[in-house]
Amino acid sequence: MTGSTASGTMPSGRLRLRLEARDQPGLLTHLAVSLLLLVAALLLAGVVMTVAGGNPLDVYRSMFGAGFGSKWGLNDTLVKMVPLTLASLGVALAFRMKMWNIGAEGQLLMGALAASGIALFAVPPDMPQWLALVLMAAAGAAGGAVWGIVPGWLRAQFGVNEIISTLMLNYVALSIVQFFVYGPWGERGFGLTPMFERNTWLPRLTEYADQWSALRGLTLHLGILAVPVAIVFLAILLNRTKFGFEIAMVGDNPDAARYAGVRLRRTMIIVMALSGALAGLAGMNEVSGVVHRLLEHISPGYGYTAIIVAWLGRFNPLAVAVVAFLFGGLIVGADEIQSAGISSLLQGVILFVMVSGNLLIRYRIRLREPETLA
Amino acid sequence: MVEMRGISKRFPGVLANDRVDLDVAAGSIHALLGENGAGKSTLMHILSGLYRPDSGTMKVEDRTVSFASPLDAIRAGVGMVHQHFMLVETQTVAENVVLGDRRLGFRMDPSAIRDTVAGLGRESGLDIDPDALIWQLSVGERQRVEIVKMLHRGARLLILDEPTAVLTPQEADTLFDRMRGMARAGRTLLFISHKLNEVMELAETVTVMRQGRVVDTVPKAQVSHRELVRMMVGSPVLFDVTVPPVQQGRKLLSLRSLRVENDRGHTAVDNLSLDLHQREILGVAGVAGNGQRELAEAITGLRKLQAGTIELDGFDVTGSNQRRMIDLGISWVPQDRQHTGTAPNLSIQENFDLKHYRSARRGPFLDRAGQSRRAAALLAKYRVAAAGRHQPVRLLSGGNLQKVILARELSTELRVLVAESPTRGLDVGAIQNVHELLMEQRSRGVAILLLSEDLQEVLSLSDRVAVIHSGRIMGILPRARAEADTIGMLMAGVVPEDMAT
Repeated sequence: MTGSTASGTMPSGRLRLRLEARDQPGLLTHLAVSLLLLVAALLLAGVVMTVAGGNPLDVYRSMFGAGFGSKWGLNDTLVKMVPLTLASLGVALAFRMKMWNIGAEGQLLMGALAASGIALFAVPPDMPQWLALVLMAAAGAAGGAVWGIVPGWLRAQFGVNEIISTLMLNYVALSIVQFFVYGPWGERGFGLTPMFERNTWLPRLTEYADQWSALRGLTLHLGILAVPVAIVFLAILLNRTKFGFEIAMVGDNPDAARYAGVRLRRTMIIVMALSGALAGLAGMNEVSGVVHRLLEHISPGYGYTAIIVAWLGRFNPLAVAVVAFLFGGLIVGADEIQSAGISSLLQGVILFVMVSGNLLIRYRIRLREPETLA
Repeated sequence: MVEMRGISKRFPGVLANDRVDLDVAAGSIHALLGENGAGKSTLMHILSGLYRPDSGTMKVEDRTVSFASPLDAIRAGVGMVHQHFMLVETQTVAENVVLGDRRLGFRMDPSAIRDTVAGLGRESGLDIDPDALIWQLSVGERQRVEIVKMLHRGARLLILDEPTAVLTPQEADTLFDRMRGMARAGRTLLFISHKLNEVMELAETVTVMRQGRVVDTVPKAQVSHRELVRMMVGSPVLFDVTVPPVQQGRKLLSLRSLRVENDRGHTAVDNLSLDLHQREILGVAGVAGNGQRELAEAITGLRKLQAGTIELDGFDVTGSNQRRMIDLGISWVPQDRQHTGTAPNLSIQENFDLKHYRSARRGPFLDRAGQSRRAAALLAKYRVAAAGRHQPVRLLSGGNLQKVILARELSTELRVLVAESPTRGLDVGAIQNVHELLMEQRSRGVAILLLSEDLQEVLSLSDRVAVIHSGRIMGILPRARAEADTIGMLMAGVVPEDMAT
């Protein structure tokens, strides 16, 4: 027996909109709807800008130019894309299993902290660069993983809601970083550590300018190589491995997964560890590839933007990377036009429109003819 | 008090009520008895305004009524207490009782409300503290709150849907006392039940329903247990299944003194012992909710044993988890196909592989080519009607979904099959198909435990029939001696005189 009331007679004879489920939305539907929604979001944000007295066309043009219009813009966009992609892939992995890890920011910070610890205290100046970088990457991944395992274990063992615990741990991580950069690791109270030794820096393109002069002045670092590696790793993990299949099962129906012999707790904890490790690597990239020291504001909210990126990429590794690239450009463009808030406004509006427009992918809208009463 | 005439209600695929007549005398305690799916709840939902009948008329206190909502029903004096309580956990008893009461204005007077609620409780013998918060209350106390809520709204006829289903025996006794008290005070009580004992203990009049129709309405004093069982189960027409004669094999599964708790921590399976042999179908008959689910989950490793042992082919496997039980060759067709048996958004192929993926010898990787081959073969062999092996299973009909589950569970090296209501909700052709598959496994040497509420099915297929009631085995009968009314009585928890030795 269904508990709901029986379907009665149609109360009205007006023409109205009706949602009709699509059987299986194809890739083309996904792309078309996403594009449509993006345009809608830009229009909506444009309205806000117009009301605020700006010219949205000018704004979009200069933002696009700054982010994608030149070699330099593209360089900056790619630099932003690295941490964003890694963190977003981590978030997407957890989301695949319906583990709502919104703690990428904290995991990124802990990764940055752990990698910095290695750079400051475990790397002698004569250590080979590759070894130093491997150690830092391992520490970064481990730092992020620990920050993922804690909420994962709490969820698995006690059913603690991971949305709350991961969010709270973001603040804890920030406080820990603040403690170190103002305290024991700090330099004269500015909220930053001393500069790392050169052998802990991820090489930048400009360092190869002797061979290829076109690279002169480009700050993009070798961390960008982590992007394709992470995409391929995740795509294989999710689609080709037994563990990936277990993630899909748990994500779709945990009861069926349990029934099929999947060890739920173990799966949850491992996924959260991997998710955190990816965000932690993002943190390592920032300290080793961009600023070469740890500072309080090492992340301008990459971990939070990653949630939006993962969602917009529909948790698909390649799509997530594409969105991360676009969002990298968005951040660069917003920096360029020097208008605080435009970037957040756009991110917010895009997410809002995409999430609410999500149903267009699964449903088509039909006009319903007035019901004739039988 | 109530006069229902010719009530019919059709749901997609079933005629839940077929020209039902029901008369309830004012001030009486009236029981509505029948198996699951007999149409009792539907009829009561109609009487309480939740459903509208397709045809038929109703009179309450001699006035013809037509309810568009439960609100209309309560205005006419009819209130229903559902099996699942509808209470706000974080509010007090008094607040819950007056919640949604349209007679209250914008301003509330808390102390007056408290007094009213307390007064109603005293008057009906249902003592409850009006200031207690719902989440602090036991299930029995919450039920009292629901009853008081209905009384507060002016219910003169109180409908209770399987009121004892959630109660401990002590709580049930208390409830019966209170119900008698309310009847003496002039209220009419109508309760739904499939438990014979409580009907015999409490009701003055009994209406028996079967397959959407009223079989009869009789005064309790003039009817025996056995007659009620006959009315409830009818004389089931056996399915047309050929049961090939086989040589029963050795003992495969041996359950000894199992004790298992349900999700609420009450004992659901109580000191249960069963033996299951090769090439045998052991049917377990019983009304739903008597421990079948917990038993199946215990055997398949999903639920912890509180006590007892499980032996598989002579080896002690007590305490093994689900994964190990699968590896040992215990297959399971769960009752809940959508929520346990399948992952709805995954494809048919993936659902075929829900367990099998682990056995691919590719290290951490899936054997995708093997999966495709296997899926194509299973799709053809089990004749699943689908657009292809990549179709999500949520789009399949019940029968095809069951085929997917059976294909998965029967395509492994299984030794024991636990089948829970394997044909529930399927159409005749699909049922036939499932029965043939079970027989084929029996011939192959599999030991099958068939847990089903469908007496007809149990009697048609089983070599032996065990009857479960309140988590205990009431008796085990060989096929030749398994008669519907004996089993019906055992299902109701009554041991017939000729069996009591």
